Amino acid sequence: MPIRSLSSALKLGAVILIFLAGVWAQASGLVDDFLFYWPDVKYLSVQHLWLTLISGSLAIIVAVPLGILLSRPSISKWAESLMQLLNIGTTIPTLAVLALSMSFLGIGTLPAVFGLFVATLLPIARNTYVGLRSVSPALMEAAAGLGMSPMQRLLRVELPNALYVIFAGIRTALAINIGTVPLAFLIGAGGLGELIFTGIDLYDTVMMLSGAIPTALLAVGVDIVVALITFLIVPRGVNPGRQR
Amino acid sequence: MIRLDNLTKVFDTPDGAVIAADHISMEVPQGEICVLLGPSGCGKTTTLKMINRIVRATSGKVFLDGEDTSGLNTEDLRRNIGYVIQQIGLFPNMTIEENITVVPKLLGWDKNRYKVRARELMDMIAMDAEAFLKRYPSELSGGQQQRIGVARALAADPPVMLMDEPFGAIDPINRAVIQDEFLKMQAALKKTIMFVSHDIDEAIKMGDRIAIFREGKLVQYSEPDELLSAPKNAFVESFLGEDRALKRLNLVRVRDVVSDDIGTVDVTDTLATARERIDSHGYRDAILMVDDRRRPIGVISRDTTASQQGYCRDHTRGLPAVVHLDDDLRKVASLMFAHDTTWLPCVDDHGRLCGQITQRDMTHHLGSRYRSRRPARPVVDGDRPAGS
Repeated sequence: MPIRSLSSALKLGAVILIFLAGVWAQASGLVDDFLFYWPDVKYLSVQHLWLTLISGSLAIIVAVPLGILLSRPSISKWAESLMQLLNIGTTIPTLAVLALSMSFLGIGTLPAVFGLFVATLLPIARNTYVGLRSVSPALMEAAAGLGMSPMQRLLRVELPNALYVIFAGIRTALAINIGTVPLAFLIGAGGLGELIFTGIDLYDTVMMLSGAIPTALLAVGVDIVVALITFLIVPRGVNPGRQR
Repeated sequence: MIRLDNLTKVFDTPDGAVIAADHISMEVPQGEICVLLGPSGCGKTTTLKMINRIVRATSGKVFLDGEDTSGLNTEDLRRNIGYVIQQIGLFPNMTIEENITVVPKLLGWDKNRYKVRARELMDMIAMDAEAFLKRYPSELSGGQQQRIGVARALAADPPVMLMDEPFGAIDPINRAVIQDEFLKMQAALKKTIMFVSHDIDEAIKMGDRIAIFREGKLVQYSEPDELLSAPKNAFVESFLGEDRALKRLNLVRVRDVVSDDIGTVDVTDTLATARERIDSHGYRDAILMVDDRRRPIGVISRDTTASQQGYCRDHTRGLPAVVHLDDDLRKVASLMFAHDTTWLPCVDDHGRLCGQITQRDMTHHLGSRYRSRRPARPVVDGDRPAGS
């Protein structure tokens, strides 16, 4: 491979470094140590994803209609104050939310899903509301002037134009969600937190990393999937990623 | 036809009620463009928007083609009125084709019909259907977007159109082009149009009638020429500007003023003949020379005829300019100033001479409207020297 520029030299350097790191990891027996936890990682990753999937989709199902409702002109009087209330909600640390939900719902999957749901709900609702409110008044006037009913305006004009912002909210919310799931272990819901926290308690770095690295990879993976869905679903005319 | 009957809008504000439109009654005949004109906050836009209920009227009625619209459901009413706004408001999430076919789809047209209609509309606004229908609004220039905005309003062929400063956001050069295109379309389509503007020149150009608004009241409603020659009060007069007589130049065609009394010489005439004709027509210093098909090709000056001998063809000066019968007087005046002359030959479509237009004729034509409105004063109509 001929080297023509600094960036290709850096790329080559990075490949060599990764290769050497691999060689070192293999030689020092680290790979075998990690492989010891592989069955746990597989099982807990699935559990981890389930928690995100259930709480995340519940949050989307509730938050998007809530955002739409708040953006309707008929309740615009209270919308701002309600939004402030939701903003205060986001400032509560997720660990505190989980602790609170445990004190009401006990331990296990249910309180964990509820806590995650609450933490995920707010960014999505807020982005839905802001996205719909920022659709230009001129567009709304044109839509009304052409004879669209309020429902047609919402479905054909408002939502498509707010979709990119709504998806940005979903993306942020899911990133928060998947990063919070390890805490769910603390109230007995499992997930990769099991390896992380146990690893910390036992001062076992390999065990801790066997939980932490897959958590990071899952977060990146989910982010990529949502980005892909955004790219495909948001209409081309209002999709910054697809403009020519 | 659009008829407004005592249309009134009162806004409740913290500072008390504000009357935005005060008992507006007017009628726009079938196929005409009525421009609502006035300073900002005068109620022209409110009045326009009460017609399609973007603004709810406090009281009063709107009749379209003689039918009271208060019984109609809002969506049905709006689908039968074309609506164009200054910000254009194309839907960025839809392709041009989807934008244009919004109203036909709302009206439940079948797919083939609205697809064909989209292509028809693109032809009408002189844009290439194949190149543009699949694009998105953000990929078009401002002028192109506004053309699409007009096409979208025309899609379901509504008899009535409302246009709220439709060309206000477009640069002056493109605006003039789009105005011309729109007038050409209107000549064929004959829609009844209400058009809000704050630009007097636009109003004079586009309007068959102009309604002047001030502080929620309709002050004067008349044809442009009438408005410029007989403003009803001091407000209208000051709004139209000191140069309103000049603005009238836009409204008058050469055809209306041209006089066919013009002396000419042929290329084969001698300078002596030219001299004779200059004298007999009483011209001060030159006469027009035409070729065998009566196309103006030059002028012979009086001095030349006095000092030289021979044929006209050998002693001509170049022609300053010619004007066409359909040119407006503004262009004529401009040409006269540019060439320092007080008369210009007029030609028809084939370039043949059909008369002349003089500064005197122009001022006389414009002035006669003013004079006829004042107490009798004798009109002197004897001394009309052509040429200078």
